[in-house]
Amino acid sequence: MSNYIKLVALGLVTLFAMIAINYARDTAYLVHAIIVMLTAGGLFLYTLRHTDEPAIAHPQNEYMDGVVRAGVIATALWGVVGFLVGTFIAFQLAFPNLNFDWLNGYGNFGRLRPLHTSAVIFAFGGNGLIATSFYVVQRTSAARLWGGNLAWFVFWGYQLFIVLAATGYLFGATQSREYAEPEWHVDIWLTIVWVAYLVVFMGTIIKRKEPHIYVANWFYLSFIVTVAMLHVVNNMAVPVSVFGSRSISLFSGVQDAMTQWWYGHNAVGFFLTAGFLGMMYYFIPKQAERPVFSYKLSIIHFWALIFIYIWAGPHHLHYTALPDWATTLGMVFSIVLWMPSWGGMINGLMTLSGAWDKLRTDPVIRMMVISVGFYGMSTFEGPMMSIRAVNALSHYTDWTIGHVHSGALGWNGMITFGALYFLVPVLWKRERLYSLTLVSWHFWLATIGIVLYAASMWVTGIMEGLMWREVDANGFLVNSFADTVSAKFPMYVVRGLGGVLYLIGGIIMCYNLWMTVRRAPAKEASLATAVPAE
Amino acid sequence: MEPDTETYSFLRQFADSWMLLLLFVFFIGVVVWVFRPGSRKTHDDTANIPFRHEDKPATSEHEEGENSEEERKK
Repeated sequence: MSNYIKLVALGLVTLFAMIAINYARDTAYLVHAIIVMLTAGGLFLYTLRHTDEPAIAHPQNEYMDGVVRAGVIATALWGVVGFLVGTFIAFQLAFPNLNFDWLNGYGNFGRLRPLHTSAVIFAFGGNGLIATSFYVVQRTSAARLWGGNLAWFVFWGYQLFIVLAATGYLFGATQSREYAEPEWHVDIWLTIVWVAYLVVFMGTIIKRKEPHIYVANWFYLSFIVTVAMLHVVNNMAVPVSVFGSRSISLFSGVQDAMTQWWYGHNAVGFFLTAGFLGMMYYFIPKQAERPVFSYKLSIIHFWALIFIYIWAGPHHLHYTALPDWATTLGMVFSIVLWMPSWGGMINGLMTLSGAWDKLRTDPVIRMMVISVGFYGMSTFEGPMMSIRAVNALSHYTDWTIGHVHSGALGWNGMITFGALYFLVPVLWKRERLYSLTLVSWHFWLATIGIVLYAASMWVTGIMEGLMWREVDANGFLVNSFADTVSAKFPMYVVRGLGGVLYLIGGIIMCYNLWMTVRRAPAKEASLATAVPAE
Repeated sequence: MEPDTETYSFLRQFADSWMLLLLFVFFIGVVVWVFRPGSRKTHDDTANIPFRHEDKPATSEHEEGENSEEERKK
């Protein structure tokens, strides 16, 4: 029966997509309609051919790991794609000739930049979060994922969102909101997928067999709920036509800017922080083979973080039309935020107390530890940059870019790599990783890459900030904008090289994980079913 | 449409008085609750959740959680 409903729905979607192709008002929308038509049409044919087959039963005495495996593959692949685009646009800034004429309008910096940010944040980070959250919520709830194939809908639906977002940017559909560039029709699709994600996650927590909800799930849940709220509010807009990608925001002026940065900073706070803290609270104890340093601290960490982060957004709008009280509020909360951030960092690091020797022997735990280290560093740098006087120098400069990347490459990237290195042998039932030497190579390439990136951006950011404000004895500005651009050239090359190192590290990881699945000795069947030692 | 300054002023005043107090008290409540007497046993047990059920879901309610607590007592 459900197959017939599915067929009707898929048929209608395919038909509508065909009509939309005919009436499409812009290229991006046309491309999207073609993608939707092919996807829905393909699914229609697939469902039709399998209509009378008996439904596959879901064994409740096993974890649902297929979707986690798919998520791990997607995370690794999208990661490399995102790093590649990032490295390319870094060199486009250093060598403008790389904005090739034949690519103009599709592959120039302006089109590729949102492709890079969305690829690394939503495709790499998002897939990592979805995959690890599905893994962690099952293990810590001692229950199979709720909702059967709904988890697969979340996975594939999210990949479709990524493809629609990416093609949209290349063909020029953007609503010009930082980290929320996709247009209205893609936003609606993401909302549907995200609600399904929330339902699967909540359903699994509700049917858990453990009396308590482990702290990692609190962080994951706050990430899912808050992102849903942020996404819906920030994307409130009226489409110009149902057959076009253009839409008009419901907000205007400073309210629009404030909504955007309320979203933007909480995307950092809840997507890139709370979600990844969920990873930290599960994978660091697992890899260190000891429980988290202080469970009490983890609870206070959670409540303090979510209570404070939500107010920090206005620090993006110092010296704008936003009232002073609002920017002061954002600034004060950003500084207060330092405390829970470092509380969490200490909790993560101290989990290794008594097992510090593992840092020497286990490159995976080294990766996780340096990730927490970068978390501490960027959560110190961030509050400092939110202070109005510091912001006067740092805002609009490359210092901000450096700050974002020490957080994203250092904290988000490294903890995700650590989680992938942990997950692949477990999910594919291998004895161990293919090569720990390659993990060490990845570790050092990525670390040196980040150092090159962050250091060059500090130098160039502070330099350009100082050049912009430099005045001569008569009060005239000394430098033109183009002067700062040419002065930044050497640092831009260093930044690009840092990106190359980070990218090579990512490729080495993919090779290592692939060989782990192909070549590493399989775990013996008896071991796989044995009760875990405690 | 007239800008509704009354609603704005009311919400603004409410936000930085009663709501602020409410959130603050809630947070202090969380901290007190975390340090309540007898919470250590619960927290130790909860902190060990990642080390159970690695391969398979639990078969019956609460079985494993309580077992592991008893094991620690020995």
